[in-house]
Amino acid sequence: MSAPARSGMSAHARRLVRDALRACALACYALTTAACTGSQSILNPAGPNAGNVSRLWWLMFYVCAAVFLLVIAFLAAALARTRRRTNKLTDAPDTEPDAGRERRMRGVVTGAVVVTVIILFVFLVASFTTSRSLYALSDPNNLRIKVNGQQWWWQVEYENDVASQTFKTANEIHIPVGQTVTLRLTSSDVIHSFWVPNLGGKRDLIPGHETTLWLKADKAGTYRGQCAEYCGLQHAHMAFVVVAEPVEQFNAWMEAQRRPAAPPANAEQQRGQQVFLASPCVMCHTIRGTDAGASVAPDLTHLASRQTIAAGMLPNTRGHLGGWVSNSQELKPGNRMPPIPLAPEDLQALLSYLESLK
Amino acid sequence: MMIAAVCGVVSALCLVAACKREERGLRVDPPSSARVNSKTLSELRPGNVQPISAPNEFEQNAFAMNEGKRLYEWYNCVGCHAHGGGGIGPPLMDAKWIYGGAPEQIFATIVEGRPNGMPSFRGKIPDYQVWQLAAYVRSMSGQVSKDASPSRDDDMNVKKPEQSTEQQEPRGTGGVPKSAERPQ
Repeated sequence: MSAPARSGMSAHARRLVRDALRACALACYALTTAACTGSQSILNPAGPNAGNVSRLWWLMFYVCAAVFLLVIAFLAAALARTRRRTNKLTDAPDTEPDAGRERRMRGVVTGAVVVTVIILFVFLVASFTTSRSLYALSDPNNLRIKVNGQQWWWQVEYENDVASQTFKTANEIHIPVGQTVTLRLTSSDVIHSFWVPNLGGKRDLIPGHETTLWLKADKAGTYRGQCAEYCGLQHAHMAFVVVAEPVEQFNAWMEAQRRPAAPPANAEQQRGQQVFLASPCVMCHTIRGTDAGASVAPDLTHLASRQTIAAGMLPNTRGHLGGWVSNSQELKPGNRMPPIPLAPEDLQALLSYLESLK
Repeated sequence: MMIAAVCGVVSALCLVAACKREERGLRVDPPSSARVNSKTLSELRPGNVQPISAPNEFEQNAFAMNEGKRLYEWYNCVGCHAHGGGGIGPPLMDAKWIYGGAPEQIFATIVEGRPNGMPSFRGKIPDYQVWQLAAYVRSMSGQVSKDASPSRDDDMNVKKPEQSTEQQEPRGTGGVPKSAERPQ
């Protein structure tokens, strides 16, 4: 092979290596930025609690990264030294302790132990103060929301001292920006865990026991939450959204949610309502303002105002709703809703009615 | 050789039986099994016990009977029948049956309702869930296989688990009871 060809090959190889490195860097960048932004990330805090947790996380990340690099550097140095020593070809075991080396070794080990203890102590203090800060939002005047975890969805009840002002919804929690809300968490079947990475958590939901979590959002936005404790077949599909909005918007939303369901506006919706009341729907669901009042499944009074169905699994569209009603077991096997076979016209009427429940 | 064959057959049978006990019908096959019992049955009904037409397969299936137990709470059977001891409605944990204790008689009782209180759930509960409920109701008086009936409750135990209920001889089946007679 001639010299120019060889140099050409090596240039090509260099380019390949350079491209591969560039791709790696790009992938790393994409992965880290994807983790740092987004509506479900502890690295993109939107409230004081999540902010404190993420600061603790970054502290641990930087310290651990420095320790890791130091350890690797010392390891590399040790390997290089050993290679130099073995070049002398001394196979005989080292039985004569070298006083100078022993002294140096003692110094290094003592130093390492001292540094480790100091680092762990700093972590201890930092995590203690972070934990304390998570309880600082507690206040009896906060807005109270009761969250009941169930296989596999979230029942959300806005509490009020006036009974008629309370209402229930599901899988969607609205909170006012800049105000702390108190979440009272419980479960009616197995242990779940409430986690909105951008705002706070996790906190376990335990059957027969109540736990409390305080949330505060500083930025308006929609944040995704997820069950963080394995709770059965559809644990992965037990999500919810937290919508943080300005106070006026929040109050308007709450007013709308308190109202009973809108009566059917036309003949098709009227038929849909009849289908709802005469089919298995009525055995489990509530639509306030109608005869449907069962409480084991999500309250559908304002179903059309929600962004998702099936606990954050599917966007709330007519198509998804139709598929869900017809045979939810194909979409989310094991969930508690039975397939509801309806005549096509009945199904369409029912969907029109459900879509009118704004 | 003979022994090996027998062993093989026996273990195969055991496996098949175990399958039935553990089978989880999450994706019930619509529309046949998920059919909602909306068809009006004949108005004419013989007063006596109807012959058993087909066994309820759910009576060998632990998952189905546990689902039945859950639905018993969810659909508020508890409201009248309590946890089997009865109250407004007759007790279900004894072996006394007013309208018959065969699976399809219980199915008919749930779907059609009975005079003096038992509402009709026609159109409200899918067929397969009624069969699950019927299997569970029969497990309350020990009428189904012990290895598949539900064990202890999830919450506070108010009665013996279905699994440790002694099988009782069904009695009082058939005939129109006094409580269901039309006022003359």
